[in-house]
Amino acid sequence: MPEQFSDDPLKVAEEWMDEGRAVAVATVVETWGSAPRPVGSHLVIDGDSNFEGSVSGGCVEGAVIADALDVIETGEPKMLEFGVADETAWRVGLSCGGRIRVYVERLG
Amino acid sequence: MDPHSLKRLNSARAARRAVALVTEMDSGRDRVVEEGDLVAGDLGEALAKAFRTGKSGMVEIEGGEFFINVHLPPPRLVVIGAVHISQAMAPMARLAGYDIEIIDPRTAFATPERFEGFRLDAEWPETVLRDRPLDRYCALCAITHDPKIDDFPLKAALAAECFYVGALGSRKTHGKRVERLLAEGLTQQQIDRIAAPIGLDIGASSPAEIAVAILAQVIEAFRKREIAGGSVSG
Repeated sequence: MPEQFSDDPLKVAEEWMDEGRAVAVATVVETWGSAPRPVGSHLVIDGDSNFEGSVSGGCVEGAVIADALDVIETGEPKMLEFGVADETAWRVGLSCGGRIRVYVERLG
Repeated sequence: MDPHSLKRLNSARAARRAVALVTEMDSGRDRVVEEGDLVAGDLGEALAKAFRTGKSGMVEIEGGEFFINVHLPPPRLVVIGAVHISQAMAPMARLAGYDIEIIDPRTAFATPERFEGFRLDAEWPETVLRDRPLDRYCALCAITHDPKIDDFPLKAALAAECFYVGALGSRKTHGKRVERLLAEGLTQQQIDRIAAPIGLDIGASSPAEIAVAILAQVIEAFRKREIAGGSVSG
């Protein structure tokens, strides 16, 4: 268990916070269809675009990181939605037929 | 997310306690709730359900949206006995997502070569379990066949309410075990929780097949486990 816990995104978020880095936490809050990562999965991002964890199988991470930098900047949380019904979602490549909602918030 | 919530969440997770982060979506405010904490009303009910099922999700309560992110400790599988069965079980258990560890004071069995890459303690279970106690998210399999080694961890597992307790041995061997445990003050009801003979009855014969039968029974016990009812549990 400790081995798994060391690269755990929430653990990483705490370490980054203690180092004084600005941190955003992205969480999968809803999924429909064949979403690659379950509800509750986290991606944490710092102000320099370093990240740990995942909210999809790599499909939408890029877009989430871009929004996370905004959220760090403004402090305003965002709710993002990606899915096959959405042109943008195709562009970011969530081609597995799923739809996900991701909540992005600043830590602190 | 509130930094204090994150710290509380991580420390509960590190200590293998079931915990949830509840975020009120309108305000973005969050709070940490541990299994057993009293939370009133519909939110309390939603939390109890989340702890029972281990499923996170959005709930609507009195017009407000809440996201409940529940974290249950990863199930830990403790095997007493560094025998052939546990050699086969270790990689299978890891594939199935279990943290497996093997304890056996007999240093002839408990050699690192036989369990490369897995946690192995060549010590008495009494010592190991004192330092890292069992809990409700643990499964215990006692498979040394030796009461001197198996009996203590079996009692510890029943006391800790492990979600699975299994013991290797024929019905006759188990009969003697029941007599010993009764003599030591355990109740029949407690003893009945021990899966013995260990493993699902699939006619397993080789050590690897027995490992499959045991692991399948562990998984069944975890996925169908009963969790203390309501929003209160220990």
